[in-house]
Amino acid sequence: MSEQSAVEAPVRGRSRTTIRSRLHRIDSKTAPYLYISPFFVLFGAFGLFPLGYTAWVAMTDRTLLNPSWSFIGLQNFTTLIHDSYFWNAVENTLAIFLISTIPQLAFAMFLAYVLNTKLRARTFFRMFVLLPQVTSLVAVALIFTQLFSHDYGLVNYVLGWFGIHAINWEAGRLSSWIALSVMVTWRWAGYNALIYLAAMQGIPDELYEAAAIDGAKPWKQFRYVTVPLLRPTIIFTVIVSTIGGLQLFTEPYLFEPLKQGATGGSARQYQTVVMYLYEKAFAGTQFDFGYAAAIGWALFLLIGVISLVNYLIVRRIRSAEA
Amino acid sequence: MATVAHDSRVRGRRRPLSRQLGAAGPLTYVFLIVVALVSMFPLYWSLVVASHDNSAVAAYPPVLTPGNQLWHNLHRLFDSGEVNVDFWTALLNSAIVASVVTVSVVFFSALAGFAFAKLRFRGQKFLFVTVIATMLVPVQLGVIPLYIEMIHLGWTNHLLAVIAPNLASAFGVFLMRQYISGSVPNELIDAASVDGCYTFGVFRHVIWPAVRPVAAVLGLLTFMTTWNDFFWPLVVLSPRNPTVQVAVSTLASGYVQDYALVLTGTFVSILPLLAVFIVLGRHIIGGIMRGAVKG
Repeated sequence: MSEQSAVEAPVRGRSRTTIRSRLHRIDSKTAPYLYISPFFVLFGAFGLFPLGYTAWVAMTDRTLLNPSWSFIGLQNFTTLIHDSYFWNAVENTLAIFLISTIPQLAFAMFLAYVLNTKLRARTFFRMFVLLPQVTSLVAVALIFTQLFSHDYGLVNYVLGWFGIHAINWEAGRLSSWIALSVMVTWRWAGYNALIYLAAMQGIPDELYEAAAIDGAKPWKQFRYVTVPLLRPTIIFTVIVSTIGGLQLFTEPYLFEPLKQGATGGSARQYQTVVMYLYEKAFAGTQFDFGYAAAIGWALFLLIGVISLVNYLIVRRIRSAEA
Repeated sequence: MATVAHDSRVRGRRRPLSRQLGAAGPLTYVFLIVVALVSMFPLYWSLVVASHDNSAVAAYPPVLTPGNQLWHNLHRLFDSGEVNVDFWTALLNSAIVASVVTVSVVFFSALAGFAFAKLRFRGQKFLFVTVIATMLVPVQLGVIPLYIEMIHLGWTNHLLAVIAPNLASAFGVFLMRQYISGSVPNELIDAASVDGCYTFGVFRHVIWPAVRPVAAVLGLLTFMTTWNDFFWPLVVLSPRNPTVQVAVSTLASGYVQDYALVLTGTFVSILPLLAVFIVLGRHIIGGIMRGAVKG
């Protein structure tokens, strides 16, 4: 191309170069927008539009089977506020979120610390740590459901060694929360550890050496050098865990013996908010889209509030340390 | 600051100290080996159950080694007509969906990343911040209207419904932008422009060859995520035309738990990713860690 134009330009003279340069100008003005437009168009069509449209659907009594719906204002929301199933789902979701996230991130931090030491076979260990992340949620849920099963589950068998009687994990409230938290922790701890590890490797050695010369033992170095410097990363993982954790669905959905009702056990002991949304819209007999959309908005609000609270808590790390 | 200067002077003498700081003792290895075993065990366990018949599930004490029924269970899964899902279709569907999404995400991300990193245009900063902000929006919450949208488009029960919403990725744009602005020198782009390249020519001849390593990582991560996606395919697809995750969950639903069969399906569903991970795992780790540092 370039050779050709170099030859042609003098022959065709001035007008051709101006056309070329004009084309170039148009190109450099419009091309950037053209290149970023696929993302924005797709996000608009399948991300933003549905989100906004949810607000509208939530104010109707629309169902799948009855397309002749009508506008009912905030009625879905007032019903929701008095819906004990909804609050039960909120409670379950928050409980599972707390049980799975706090120990998990603490463990991930410790694991990252260990992986950050001078190791042999470093890549080998990192790969094992990330292995659970490759496993699909469905696989995790089904394998652990079998491991946690009442009669023949390996977990109860091992607990039997310590004289603990077989636990019906699925039936109890706290026990089901714990079982689900184990699944979440198993899948995500390694991933978060790698994120922390990446951030730790960005901390200059000099800081540790300086702390060591000042007489700080490894634990103090960890607490006063590593943790404060990891604050942005901790905020990142906490927010990501919040957004993901509050939308927990697959594990509890498949933890149920029948795996299709989305009620979260016979007494709704582990029904999460997204499960309740799914039950209302797709799993029950009502296909109540309007109400489910209202649940969606409530969850959106919940995620916003909890993210903010978490952010404020984690932001205190440095001020507390300093 | 003073401590740093002081430190650099004594570092020569203090070398043993700094080594002692990071040295891994035997306890560290024991701990890591335990972690590795715990990471691996559930996957190994699915193979154990998948390679026995159902009587082994109830055995006491439990059987912990693989048996010889894997072939038989695979036959039941794929060919027997005994199961309620077409597993071949499911695998093919997942392969199609994940491949199309991966190619599209990588291409669009590189293109947008190029624009954000190297081109200059009005509203650039604002638009890039918008891209990042979309990562924080839990899009799943729009599932009801998205479903209604799919009904209007006539895409329910079609693979298009799971492909279209995933064709672009904010994370991908972000990753590409960071990589391109850090690793492609402006001189190269200027040189190409002087040669008369239009911006797309610059993209094709300069940017694309340069982003190949990160494109591979993004591709792997996207393929994994798409292959493993469950909630939206469950909502919008029917068990007659499922992705592999929906098929496995359908397999597991019902009154009788055929654990051997269910975990055979599960094992088959993780196998492709497991293979990819064993071959290319180190690149995936690199990608996750790189994304984390910049994020």
